[in-house]
Amino acid sequence: MLDQSYYTKADEIMDQYGRKPASLIPIMQEIQGAYRYLPGELLSYVADRIGVTEAKAFSVATFYENFSFDAKGKYVIKVCDGTACHVRKSMPVLEALYAKLGLSKTKKTTDDMMFTVETVSCLGACGLAPTMMVNEDVYPCMTPEKAAAVIDQLRGGAGIDPE
Amino acid sequence: MIQNKEQLQQLHEEAVKELNSYDCRILVCSGTGCIATGSNKIYEKFLEITKDAPGVTLEFAPHDEKEHLGVKKTGCQGVCELGPLVRIQKGQDVVQYVKVQLDDCAEIFEKSVLGNEVVERLLYQKGGKVCKGPDDIPFIAKQTRIVLKNCGKFDAESLREYIASGGFAALQKAMFEMTPDQVIEEVDQSGLRGRGGGGFPAGKKWIQVARQADPVHYVVCNGDEGDPGAFMDGSVMEGDPYRLIEGMMLAAYAVRAENGYIYVRAEYPNSVARLKHAIAVLEENGLLGENILGTGFNFHMHINKGAGAFVCGEGSALTASIEGSRGMPRVKPPRTVEQGLWAKPTVLNNVETYANVPEIILKGHEWYRSIGTEGSPGTKTFSLTGSIENTGLIEVPMGTTLREIIFDIGGGLKSGAAFKAVQIGGPSGGCLTEKHLDVPLDFDSVKKYGAIVGSGGLVVMDENTCMVEVARFFMGFTQRESCGKCGPCRIGTKRMLELLEKIVDGKGEMEDLEKLEELGHFVKDRSLCGLGKSAPLPVLSTIQNFRDEYVEHIVDKKCAAHVCKSMRVYEIDPDKCKGCTKCARNCPVNAITGERKAPHVIDNSKCIKCGTCLENCAFDAVVLK
Repeated sequence: MLDQSYYTKADEIMDQYGRKPASLIPIMQEIQGAYRYLPGELLSYVADRIGVTEAKAFSVATFYENFSFDAKGKYVIKVCDGTACHVRKSMPVLEALYAKLGLSKTKKTTDDMMFTVETVSCLGACGLAPTMMVNEDVYPCMTPEKAAAVIDQLRGGAGIDPE
Repeated sequence: MIQNKEQLQQLHEEAVKELNSYDCRILVCSGTGCIATGSNKIYEKFLEITKDAPGVTLEFAPHDEKEHLGVKKTGCQGVCELGPLVRIQKGQDVVQYVKVQLDDCAEIFEKSVLGNEVVERLLYQKGGKVCKGPDDIPFIAKQTRIVLKNCGKFDAESLREYIASGGFAALQKAMFEMTPDQVIEEVDQSGLRGRGGGGFPAGKKWIQVARQADPVHYVVCNGDEGDPGAFMDGSVMEGDPYRLIEGMMLAAYAVRAENGYIYVRAEYPNSVARLKHAIAVLEENGLLGENILGTGFNFHMHINKGAGAFVCGEGSALTASIEGSRGMPRVKPPRTVEQGLWAKPTVLNNVETYANVPEIILKGHEWYRSIGTEGSPGTKTFSLTGSIENTGLIEVPMGTTLREIIFDIGGGLKSGAAFKAVQIGGPSGGCLTEKHLDVPLDFDSVKKYGAIVGSGGLVVMDENTCMVEVARFFMGFTQRESCGKCGPCRIGTKRMLELLEKIVDGKGEMEDLEKLEELGHFVKDRSLCGLGKSAPLPVLSTIQNFRDEYVEHIVDKKCAAHVCKSMRVYEIDPDKCKGCTKCARNCPVNAITGERKAPHVIDNSKCIKCGTCLENCAFDAVVLK
């Protein structure tokens, strides 16, 4: 059972976008923005309130790549694997992050809930390939070494594992 | 509030006066690329420096004795790779600085803002030539800018600057001097074709929507620029949001729509923020909403953020997504112009298409047709990326050749590497090679060579790119993004990907090549929507142009570009090896043997091609064959 505050938050968001079926996607985006994932129970609650079936709500949530039912880390790192980044060697950057954080294609979030590593198809900063995005900030001209250094910086700034 | 034509004109005059009263403007590029290299900090630094400087005021104030300075965030200035970019503008005189760092700001302010000197080390330099202004840089000088005309010159967030630059003059002309049908006629006559990839004439769509009996019409903008390697539309949305909105308003006026929707990729947070800001400003000023300029024309704008599905770039999937459903294409007809959003007649064009409309209305179709080619009038924006000296955003007349784009504008290949191919049109496009360098880039010519202009991503590839792996990369993308509704795409792309993976893994057989071609044509001919229909193009076009490379992978098990890991062969050069044993100690599978101080040998039957020996050798004795 989720904390009551989640439902209060969902109510606020629903009021903002209107309790109608067409608001489903923006409401899910706001909830995911607030909690970094989409709690399944909350989605059922929203579906009921805006007049769509639970099946429809889950079918939409699972269709779009951006929605996740699993909690994500504090820092969501998206390594760009668009064409420009790919031909300028973005995969070694991804592999370096996996190695540094002990993650893989199937395990995307660190146990301490600090980092989630994913790929994205294009960030629109192709002139500076290869790139990656941490939450909403784009990091240009990455190398495996620079990517690892970014992790150290983020850890340092967050006050966790200062060593 | 701007309630009528006179007030708009008055605002225009004021804004022009205001713009001309600046003694100096510091223009900091605020495109996605430059923000990534730290341009926001540069902007803040300039604000800080100018704030306390004596004898200057930051914003224009009438009858002030002081120098008037402007510190502005602009849209993309073009040469993204050299960011952060800063321009210092004094009247017509503009200095373009590249790679500006925080420590440089004070010096720029002293020398170029207060004084009239340039900081030479921050100018663009190429082959001994130093370029002072943006137009001296060949990359910028050789472009023709219509859509991007304001990008990099004006404050992207300021309505007053947009109006000063001539913004909303087209809307005023349309609303007070033209009927809706005349607006449609003008766009139709201009021959403007949809810039999203298909190249369908925009005017024809508008005519069809205007003709529908249903009184409710919608205007929708496709800003779901999902092609990896393309960022033109994003640059327009964040660099000149008012132009896009004005274009949509013209469409709405023409087809009598009261609501417009922009569907933007979620991966473009800057675009979303600037569009939201622009809409709020326009609503505040009465240029969006009810009874615009007192004419009785009502128009409301809405923004929908994508949620990470490439297929939503397809018209019927996009409208389904706005409606709150899974973005899956449907069978056509009915077409979007008949039953689009909420099953109502809908004009659906992409960002660049709408952004062309204000200039067409203002200057007329004859002017527009004087640019570009007969079948494809106007310009096209391209994002030039990959292995090229100058990456960035460009706009050139339709019909410009690849040679001009890559070598004259782009400055040739990076570090003088040899040109191999250029990928055009993203996952829906194909590869063009050396022999296509002189093909004019327009909708019809490119199609003849198995590629499409598409939305305009140009990724340049050199000899270090493996074309088989590139084909696998694109097929991986489309297979992942296939919505799964129709069999040919869902199953076909999966089977094609498996065949390509097999070849890349060194297990390919010659019959796989035939299977790939057969499947490719099947998927192309039988898929439901554009995604599936074009998914095989990258494979078919690489097989057509680089058959030898496929054969080399299959028969010789060799990848000349050394990209395919399975085919790498590591060897130790006995003349260079000092027998330090470092490689042998680090090899995870004990594939390297040899006596201390004697040349070592790699046993290729044990080698897993991890490359650890190559990375660890201090004497460059390990070579990749």
